[in-house]
Amino acid sequence: MSETDAIPEFKKSAGGASEVGITNMSALTSGPGIKSMGEVLAIVLVAVFIIGGTEVLLNIFAVPQYVLPKPSEIAVALVTDFPFILPHLGHTLVELFVGFGIGAVVGLILAAVITQFPFAEKIITPYILLLVTTPMLALVPLLILRFGFGYEPRIIAVALASGPMVMINAATGFRRVDRGKIALARSYGASTLQIFWKVRAPMALPMIFVGLMVGSIFGLLTAVGAEMVGGGFGLGNRLTSYSSMIQMPQFFAVVLILSILGILIYVLFFLLGKKYASWEA
Amino acid sequence: MTAQELKQPKLRVKAATKVYNTRSGDLLAIDRCSLDVMEGEIVAIVGPSGCGKTTLLWSMSGLHGLTSGEVLLDGKPVTGPNPEIGMVFQEANLLPWRNLDANINFPFEIKGTKPDRVWIDELLNRVGLEGFGGRFPRELSGGMQQRAALVRALSYKPSVLLMDEPFGALDAFTREEMNRLVEEIWLDTRTTIVLITHSIDEAIFLSDRVVVMSPRPGRVANIHEVPFARPRSLEIMSTKEVFDLTNAIKAEIVGTQQSRYPSASAQPAQMA
Repeated sequence: MSETDAIPEFKKSAGGASEVGITNMSALTSGPGIKSMGEVLAIVLVAVFIIGGTEVLLNIFAVPQYVLPKPSEIAVALVTDFPFILPHLGHTLVELFVGFGIGAVVGLILAAVITQFPFAEKIITPYILLLVTTPMLALVPLLILRFGFGYEPRIIAVALASGPMVMINAATGFRRVDRGKIALARSYGASTLQIFWKVRAPMALPMIFVGLMVGSIFGLLTAVGAEMVGGGFGLGNRLTSYSSMIQMPQFFAVVLILSILGILIYVLFFLLGKKYASWEA
Repeated sequence: MTAQELKQPKLRVKAATKVYNTRSGDLLAIDRCSLDVMEGEIVAIVGPSGCGKTTLLWSMSGLHGLTSGEVLLDGKPVTGPNPEIGMVFQEANLLPWRNLDANINFPFEIKGTKPDRVWIDELLNRVGLEGFGGRFPRELSGGMQQRAALVRALSYKPSVLLMDEPFGALDAFTREEMNRLVEEIWLDTRTTIVLITHSIDEAIFLSDRVVVMSPRPGRVANIHEVPFARPRSLEIMSTKEVFDLTNAIKAEIVGTQQSRYPSASAQPAQMA
C-alpha cells in the first residue's frame, strides 16, 4: 500500500474516532500561518504605514504631547526610561508568576479532583463561577487593608483571578469522558490512576492550555490593576504615577511593555498548545 | 492438543443475566444466556438492535460484572479485565495524541510489560501498515485505523479476541477487506474469536457458528452451524447454501421483531 492511499480519507475518521470535539482549539493551535515573504512584507508595510501615519497626523494637527504623544516620543521614552521601568517590570512579573503559579496549580488539582465526584462538582461550581465573574480587583482595597502595600495582596488577587479561570476550563476538559477509550484502557487492566494519566489528562490538555492562557492574561490584568490601587512599585504603579505627572510618552511606553507582555504570554501558550495539543485541531 | 483439552470450551458463558438499574426502573438486558466457545472457534453473535449483544460481550471480557451467572475462561471465572482477552471496539479508539507506534505500545504501558517488536512488525506487515508507525490517527483512513486497532489487540497475543461490531463504521468494500484480513490472521494464529455484528454476511463469512439473539431481554434464540471450508472464497459465499442460511437467519431476526407488533403482519412487507 502506498502512503498516498490515505490522503482522501484524512478528515473522515470513520468509527467516530474524533468524537472529542466539544471545544474549538483553533484559537490556540491554528492561528493564521505566514505563507510567503510577500505576506511578511505586506504586514510590515501596514505596520509602518499605521505608525508613520500616526506620527505625521499628530505633527500636522499639532496635537499636544499630554493628549497623545507621537510614536517617536514613545520610542525615545521607552529607550531612555527603560532602566527606571525595568525594576517595576520585575515586580509585576514576580506577582504574575507567583500568583498565577499558585492559582493554576490549585485550579488544576481542584478540576481534576472535582470532576471525579459529580455531586461535589455541583456543590462547588456556583462558587467557582462567582469567583470567575467577580472582578478580583474589587477585593484589592480590602486585601491591602489586611496585608499592606507589599506583594501579598497583589499575589492573592492574581491567584484569585487566574485560578478559577484555569479550573473552569480544565474541568471542562476533564469532563470530556470518552467511554470507548476508557473501556479500552480498562480492558488492558488499567487502574483509575493510569486511566487518569494516560487517557483523561491528555484528553483534557487542549482545554487546560486554553485555561492557562486565559488565566494568565486575567492574572496580568489583575496584577496591573492591583498595582494601580496602591503600593509604590509595579508597572500599574508607574501608569498612575506617569499619568499624574503628565509624562505621557513614559505612560505609553509602559502600556507598550504591557501589550508586549500580554502578546508574549499568548504566544507562549500558543506554541505549547501547538506542540502538545495540536492533535485535536 | 489432547482430546481432553478439546472437550473443555475455551470460553464458557453460563446462564449470564444482567440487570441495569436505571432511573426508570430495572432493565433486564440479557437473560440466562449460555454459550460455549471452543478453542480456535469463531463465533458470531447477531440479533436485533438493543438485544444485549454488547452487554454479553462486555461481560465475557470482564469489563463489567453479571447480575447472575458466570463466564469461565479455560475453566476459571472471569471477574475483571483479563490479559488473555483482547478487545476490538466498533470505533478504532486510537488515542489521537499518540502516533501509531505509541498507540500499539499503549497496552504494554498499562500492563508494564515490554512489547514484542518482532511480532508487532509482523502484524503491521500483515495488515499493510508497515512504515506508518510515526503517523497520527488523524492521518490514517478509517480502514487503516481499524487495522491498527486490530494489531493493537493482537499485539499481546491474547488467546481470545472479542470484537464488538468491529467494522460497523466502515464502508462495504473496506469491510470485506477487513473480513478477509481477519480470516487470514485466524488461519495463522487460530485465535478464538467472538464477534458481534449487524451484518449476516459478515457473520457467515467469518464464523463457525452464528448465535442469533432474541430482542430484549436478550436470550440465545438459535445457533446456526456454518460448515463451509476456509478460506471462504467468493464462490463459496455465493452458493445456495449460504443464501439459504442468510435468509434463515434474517427471518429469525426480523421474525422475532415482528412478533412484538402483531398488526405488522397485515402490511404487505414480505419481500418473498
